[in-house]
Parts: sequence; C-alpha cells; structure tokens
Amino acid sequence: MVRPPQAPLPLMLALLLAAAGASLVIGKVWLPPVVLFDGLAAPKPNLAWLIVTELRIPRTVLALMVGATLGLGGAVLQGLLRNPLAEPGLLGVSGGAALGAVIAIYFGLAARFALVTPLLGIAGALAAGALTFLFGRSGTLTLILAGSAVSGLAAAGLALALNFAPSPYAAYEITTWLLGSVAEREWSQIVLCTPFILAGWLCLAATPRGLDALTLGEAQAESLGVNLNMLRALALAGVALSVGAATAMAGAIGFVGLVAPHLVRPFVGYRPSRILLPSAVFGALLLLVTDIAIRVIPTSAELKLGVLTSLIGTPFFFWLVLRLRRLSP
Amino acid sequence: MTVLHADNVSYDIAGRSLVSNIDLICESGQFVALLGANGAGKSTLIRMLSGLERPSRGQVRLDARAIRAIDRRVLARRRAYIPQNARVEWPVAVERLVALGLMPQIPVFGDLDRAAWRKVEAALALCDLSHKTGQPATTLSGGELARAMLARALVGEPEIVIADEPLSGLDPKHAMDGVARLAALARDGRLIIASIHDLTLAARYATHVAIMRGGRLLAYGPTASTLTSSCIRAAFDVDACIQGSGAQAIVDFIARPDTPALHPFPGLAPA
Repeated sequence: MVRPPQAPLPLMLALLLAAAGASLVIGKVWLPPVVLFDGLAAPKPNLAWLIVTELRIPRTVLALMVGATLGLGGAVLQGLLRNPLAEPGLLGVSGGAALGAVIAIYFGLAARFALVTPLLGIAGALAAGALTFLFGRSGTLTLILAGSAVSGLAAAGLALALNFAPSPYAAYEITTWLLGSVAEREWSQIVLCTPFILAGWLCLAATPRGLDALTLGEAQAESLGVNLNMLRALALAGVALSVGAATAMAGAIGFVGLVAPHLVRPFVGYRPSRILLPSAVFGALLLLVTDIAIRVIPTSAELKLGVLTSLIGTPFFFWLVLRLRRLSP
Repeated sequence: MTVLHADNVSYDIAGRSLVSNIDLICESGQFVALLGANGAGKSTLIRMLSGLERPSRGQVRLDARAIRAIDRRVLARRRAYIPQNARVEWPVAVERLVALGLMPQIPVFGDLDRAAWRKVEAALALCDLSHKTGQPATTLSGGELARAMLARALVGEPEIVIADEPLSGLDPKHAMDGVARLAALARDGRLIIASIHDLTLAARYATHVAIMRGGRLLAYGPTASTLTSSCIRAAFDVDACIQGSGAQAIVDFIARPDTPALHPFPGLAPA
C-alpha cells in the first residue's frame, strides 16, 4: 500500500515556536533575547517586562488563537461543503461578529468598557450563526444560501453604521477596526474570548469522521451512519463560537482560512479529517508571521493585519483559479 | 437469513406521489433487479429500502424491525448503499476510498489496523483494482470508479447491498463484469437489490425482478416467470421479444409497425 507523504507537522510546530519567539523580540522597541532575559530577571515592573507581558505576549497569543481558529474553521467548512473556495466567513458569522463590534464602537460603548466590543462581537456572531441555522439547517446548499443572506444583512448593517456615524472620527474608528488587527488587545479581552474559542474548537474537533465520509458524497456518508444534520449543526456551532470570537477580537481577517487548508492538503493525502490539525497550525503560523511582518515593514501609518493578509492572499486566489482551470478543462 | 420487507410503503412529496403502496419481501441469496422506466420511482424505493428515506406511509422492516429504528451505525454495518453516479469529492488514494467502507466498524478514534487493511486489499482484489491502489480516486475512469464504489460497499461484508443503477455509464464488458459480480455475491448468501436498465443483463443474472411503473409495483417474482414480454410492454410501452433463458437470455425491443416515424424537426417534415 502506498502511504501519503507524512504531514510536516513537527517542522511546522518548530517554525511556530521560532515565530512565537521572534514575535516577542520584534516590534517598535526591539528586545533582543539578552535584554529580554535581563528584564525578566530585574526587579519588576521594568520597561522590557512591561512590553513583553502587556503588549507582545497578548499580541502573540491572540495571533496564534485567531490564526488557528481561521485555519481550523476553513478546513472544516471546505470538508463539509466539499468546496475548495469555502472560508470561515461563508456562514455569516464573521459579518455578525463585525456588526456586533461596530455597534459597540458606534454607540461609544467601546471607549467606556474594554470588554463591550468583544462581548457584542460574540453576541453578533452567535445571533448570525443562529439565523443561518434557522434558515439553512435542512441541507448544504440552503446552508450556504442562508449564510450569504446573513452576510448580506450584516454588511448592510455595517454600511448603515458608517452612513449614520455620529462623527467622522467614529467612522474612521469603525473602518480601522474592520481592517483587522491583533495589536493593543488587553488581557481581559483575551480571557473573555478564550472559552468561546475553545468551545468552538471542541465542536469542530467532533467533525472529522463525518468529513471523511463526505468524500463519498452526502448519500453515501449518510448510508455509512453519519448524521448529516448533526454534522452541519456541529460545524456551524463550532464556527460561530470560535470564528465569531476570533473576529470579535481581531476584526475581519481574510484569506487565512481559505489558504491554510489548501497548502496542507497534499501532505495528508487529501483526507478531509487529516487536514484539521495541520491547517490550524499553519493558520496560526501564517497569521503570526504576517503580524511580525507588519511590525518590520516601514510604513508611515500602521499597516493593518487584515490588509496584509488580503494582499498576500489575493495572488493565491488567482493561483487557485488557474489551477482549477487546469484541472477541469 | 436476512429478510428485507417493504410493508405497503408510499412516498409523497409536494402533493405528488412518487411511490405508492409497494409491498416487497426480499431475502438473502436473492439478486433482485429493480426494473422500470425513468421516473418510475426506483430510486425513491431504493432509498426507502436502504433506510435513508422515511416512507410517507408504511414502513420498511429489516428482520421484522423497523429499519428507521435501527441504530445508524448498526444498520451501516449490515447494509451497503451505492447511489446513482457516485462521485468522489477529493483526490484521496483508492485504498482510502475503499477503507471508508469500514467506517461503521472502526472505533471513533484511531485508524485502521492490519486486519482492516487486509479486508481493504481483499475488496480491491475482488473488484479487480489491486493495481490502482495508490492512485488518486479522481483519476479513475468511469468503470474503475464504479468498481471502487462496489469495493467500498463490499469491504465491510454487509448482508445487504443496495445499488442504484450500478451499471449506468459502463461499457458492455464492464457492465457484464459488474452484474456478474453482483450475482456471485447473491450466490454467496447476500441480498442484492439493484436498479438496472439493461433487461438482457437482468434476465441473465437476476434471480428475481421487481417491475415498477408510475410508482407502483407491476410484478415481482422469479426472473424466468416474471420478466415476460407482456410485462415489459406494460412497464416500458415497447414490444419486446425474449429469446432463450438463463445465461443465454436476450431481451430485444421491436419497433411497432403502427408507430409513425418521428421526424427530428416536426415543423420541417415534408407534408
């Protein structure tokens, strides 16, 4: 029997560790390892220690969580929908999260309590997920259609918020938030989102068997004992919780969830169940490296994370189109 | 002995009746060919017999138990279902495709053990696919893919194999091989139910035929006594002549002399 090439998971984990280390060092103020360790040893609080614990570590942790969530969500949805163009925002939850967070900014609540933005973001994502489930639970196609309808609704809400923005400054703040970033998030916000993200991961971790069976199409998967309604509900709940919470924290970050599953798929013999973990690790690596790149690239204004992932992701999308065109003449 | 009983089943959707009042009892050792024109309700009946669709009225019973009440995974171990034009969605290796048939057998966590891989190899050999083992399933030809799907269905050694048009799109040799393989499985003690359009192959290999029209069962019984020219006329609106019997049987269609020749573009036909 021919075995597919082993997933370079150890290699990716090593790279991830290295990137996490680099993420602590690199920034506006460079903290070479020597300075870093001195800061940890010196009496606290000192500058290096503050920068690392209050800025760099939260930023790194958030980039890892958001990247892993997007990679995992994309892998599950591509497997569920058997569509290589599926991405975590497809079911409307990212739009819902963004709308919730923007409502917090619009009414000026965000300035008063730091937790309001992620809280309303998560509420928005869950509401959007529930709406998608309500309309689309009966089948895969209806799920996609309901997801696009909910996305459209959220987009309309966002446009409305921009239209009636109380001041140009509020409009600016909304737009900047939408661009997506993992910088300057507080520990309390991260702590708030973590349970939702972990609960979402748990739901998604229950899907791989069903995803493998779907390699044979829905009818045969059902005949193999897979409960398709349950599988769809688990995937939607998992994406609503994890991607919703991630978007509530970091804003809309595109392409990571689309790209990561594709790049790891050939290494696991295209088995839908086997791409989940590598895709999550690769998503985390991708987002962390992009976030480090933002800090290094010299720009006058701050380059936002979501902007750079889109810039990198678009050529990949073209490549995907070309490849699909070559495969299906 | 396995008995599959469709007890007066009907299926309605949006006010239309696709299957009405079908009563059918099949047992292990039978190869039941399900015959009927397009839209006669064969696929719907097959989905109900497989336990995938709930009848609007009546019920399907497997060994006297309501099939919809049997646990999904227990049922999946006992019966295999192959839909019409089964496709593969990802370019997984052929061995992996076949191994998916063992899913109901293996625990939720963990991969296939040695014994399971031996079953996969045996199923591949049975379906003449041993040389395609590592090949991506998306690159198989139509005949090879149909065989791979059959291997997938057989790898778990189910008592019942239900296939919806397993011969569609196959060239004559592969169609004959395929139907012979199904007949051999029935001789082996399994129950095989397959919808088939090639009446000659049905006449040669099926032990029983069930003939449908308009959602109703016209006739059901042993092939030799049931598949008659009058029955074919009633089901398909064509005259047929049946020559020979058993492995030499040939079913041929006869154009009726009174049927007017159809012009491909009636408006342009010479008056």
